[in-house]
Amino acid sequence: MKLSLTKVVNGCRLGKIKNLGKTRDHTMDIPGCLLYTKTGSAPHLTHHTLRNIHGVPAMVQLTLSSLAEHHEVLTEYKEGVGKFIGMPESLLYCSLHDPVSPCPAGYVTNKSASVWGVSGRVEMTVSKFMAIQQALQPDWFQCLSDGEVSCKEATSIKRARKSVDRSLLFLDNCLRLQEESEVLQKSVIIGVIEGGDVMEERLRSARETAKRPVGGFLLDGFQGNPTTLETRLRLLSSVTAELPEDKPRLISGISRPDEVLECIERGVDLFESFFPYQVTERGCALTFSFDYQPNPEETLLQQNGTQEEIKCVDHMKKIETTGCNQEITSFEINLKEKKYQEDFNPLVRGCSCYCCKNHTRAYIHHLLVTNELLAGVLLMMHNFEHYFGFFHSIREALKSDKLAQLKELIHRQAS
Amino acid sequence: MAGAATQVSLESAPRIMRLVAECSRSRARAGELRLPHGTVATPVFMPVGTQATMKGITTEQLDALGCRICLGNTYHLGLRPGPELIQKANGLHGFMNWPHNLLTDSGGFQMVSLVSLSEVTEEGVRFRSPYDGNETLLSPEKSVQIQNALGSDIIMQLDDVVSSTVTGPRVEEAMYRSIRWLDRCIAAHQRPDKQNLFAIIQGGLDADLRATCLEEMTKRDVPGFAIGGLSGGESKAQFWRMVALSTSRLPKDKPRYLMGVGYVVDRGARALPRFGSALVPTGNLQLRKKVFEKDFGPIDPECTCPTCQNHSRAFLHALLHSDNTAALHHLTVHNIAYQLQLMSAVRTSIVEKRFPDFVRDFMGTMYGDPTLCPTWATDALASVGITLG
Repeated sequence: MKLSLTKVVNGCRLGKIKNLGKTRDHTMDIPGCLLYTKTGSAPHLTHHTLRNIHGVPAMVQLTLSSLAEHHEVLTEYKEGVGKFIGMPESLLYCSLHDPVSPCPAGYVTNKSASVWGVSGRVEMTVSKFMAIQQALQPDWFQCLSDGEVSCKEATSIKRARKSVDRSLLFLDNCLRLQEESEVLQKSVIIGVIEGGDVMEERLRSARETAKRPVGGFLLDGFQGNPTTLETRLRLLSSVTAELPEDKPRLISGISRPDEVLECIERGVDLFESFFPYQVTERGCALTFSFDYQPNPEETLLQQNGTQEEIKCVDHMKKIETTGCNQEITSFEINLKEKKYQEDFNPLVRGCSCYCCKNHTRAYIHHLLVTNELLAGVLLMMHNFEHYFGFFHSIREALKSDKLAQLKELIHRQAS
Repeated sequence: MAGAATQVSLESAPRIMRLVAECSRSRARAGELRLPHGTVATPVFMPVGTQATMKGITTEQLDALGCRICLGNTYHLGLRPGPELIQKANGLHGFMNWPHNLLTDSGGFQMVSLVSLSEVTEEGVRFRSPYDGNETLLSPEKSVQIQNALGSDIIMQLDDVVSSTVTGPRVEEAMYRSIRWLDRCIAAHQRPDKQNLFAIIQGGLDADLRATCLEEMTKRDVPGFAIGGLSGGESKAQFWRMVALSTSRLPKDKPRYLMGVGYVVDRGARALPRFGSALVPTGNLQLRKKVFEKDFGPIDPECTCPTCQNHSRAFLHALLHSDNTAALHHLTVHNIAYQLQLMSAVRTSIVEKRFPDFVRDFMGTMYGDPTLCPTWATDALASVGITLG
């Protein structure tokens, strides 16, 4: 695996990661995102409908929380989780947790950490964790770590210190077990940077983890609400400054377009794509523009459109969705609203996704009102494609030194 | 409008059915249905897309499976989003973006079965909408009006539906009323050139009433007929007897729609696959069950659908236990593919003049042994000259 940087602009890294995967011939662009899945499948989507989407990332994110309970089955299967889920050609990254479902705190010990699946808690020592990874055989996997500090409001220095110590201990043990495992020789361990909001501990975590032969770094514990991220962004810059340039930096729990840009500016390469999923679950469609150099006529039309949307979204609405109380952002429109009942436009004019090429807002509105499953399918297709398009525009903007324009455009739309 | 039916137009309805082959032993036939949105090979299975959607699969997926006709429910669509909106969206075809054929029912059946406060009079079916509480009358005229707005290729008359478990004078009343309502539907139909109105034979489980209904309705020159009032709790033996009686008296050159099971069928006695979790030749698989946890084969090794091409029973089992709806979509794709493939195989066997052998093989696979085949099925097949074992 080799990370080549094309350029670095104001802290943003543009480049490619080459020689990825078991066959060593896959490539990934950075900055980029990973395809979000639940139990090894993109939400709502089958093989066919996933294939309809343009720009699907080369790497898929699996979650141990959804797969750990199938350990026995996968061990007996022998051929790895990629083949099991019907994605034998995809690059696979296995994270510990599902970024959408918060983890209960109080379950990490010096010897184990836990994940939560459908059947409940699965406790894993380092041995069990590595045994599961042997059954999964992912290309990359997040090392067992203590990430509980992010679940709480205020972290004591003591707790932050513990999260770093434990994570390093887990890492050393996992690396040792990896050496002894033939099956896992082709898999890459991603070291996890912990330390809560304590600068000293964050720096220690970064420096110590960087000393180990990991393939990349996961910046954990920066997620939260938008206000906490602001404070944490300062930490983030300091942390990435300690990391080697030639290894990828992933971040967990950050997926909103404005936050993505902030993190890219602070040296982050890869993101999870759960934001489009959350938008889908609340019956919304991503409509924010990432066209940072439109023609003047287009700008006028879009501005008029945006004005209208903003007028109607005059306050944040709280939506009860399964597992998360998420507010509708200004990056999206709520298709359940009555005004879309007779709107025969596509979700986004000019969008080339399957949904926008074949269906109207009125139809999606009808599907939502009648609680039809197809609503989720079509919205997921659109939202993923729109989101992947956003990442493409980030790379293009970096290429042509126009990131400032893109950033300004996104921030104008971020309520 | 009691008494004798009104005289209908002498101009004959279009012959939309073309026969391709007939089984010399049984009454099974293969044919082609010429409809405004293309030709449909028969016998055919029609997936049900109640509210302008086929559950969680896209119209592209449905098209890729080879589906050329599916069913929409007038009752549901008439309430949400309503015929006016659908008309603005270029009919149901335009609204759901389905390029092939659509069949809509009259709305009567759902009304009577779903709505507890419905009342049938000579006028029509009076009911209260469960969504906004408004009282509406669904008359034969109104049903046809809605279906005209939907623009489906085949539309159904509003019939006076009575459960097959009901006996007594109500059955006779409903039968005669259905004839009168058929005439009212014919009169109200604004688009006979674009939409084919089917009559629905009633009469419950009474052979005489059925025969009367058949005699009267076949005097009307409609493009096709449906066999209604069955699959509502009667025994299978009674069911096939009424089906056989009906098909024996329907005109040869018009299609027959067996309602409640989604088949447009030509004469033939055949076992009816039931909807299960995942359909297979031996019945169905309840994939949530633990026995499939480590079953690494596809649902059906003979099936060519994307689910069977890409996924194992074990994976589907795991996915079914998660909250990812994709699990259901995989099964929908397979089940529709399975039923379409089955009908296609039936059709080919008729064309190749080996339908009786096909039925024998099918029953053998499903039941294992001829003696295990249920009596009603053995009798049904025997009545058309097909013996098992």
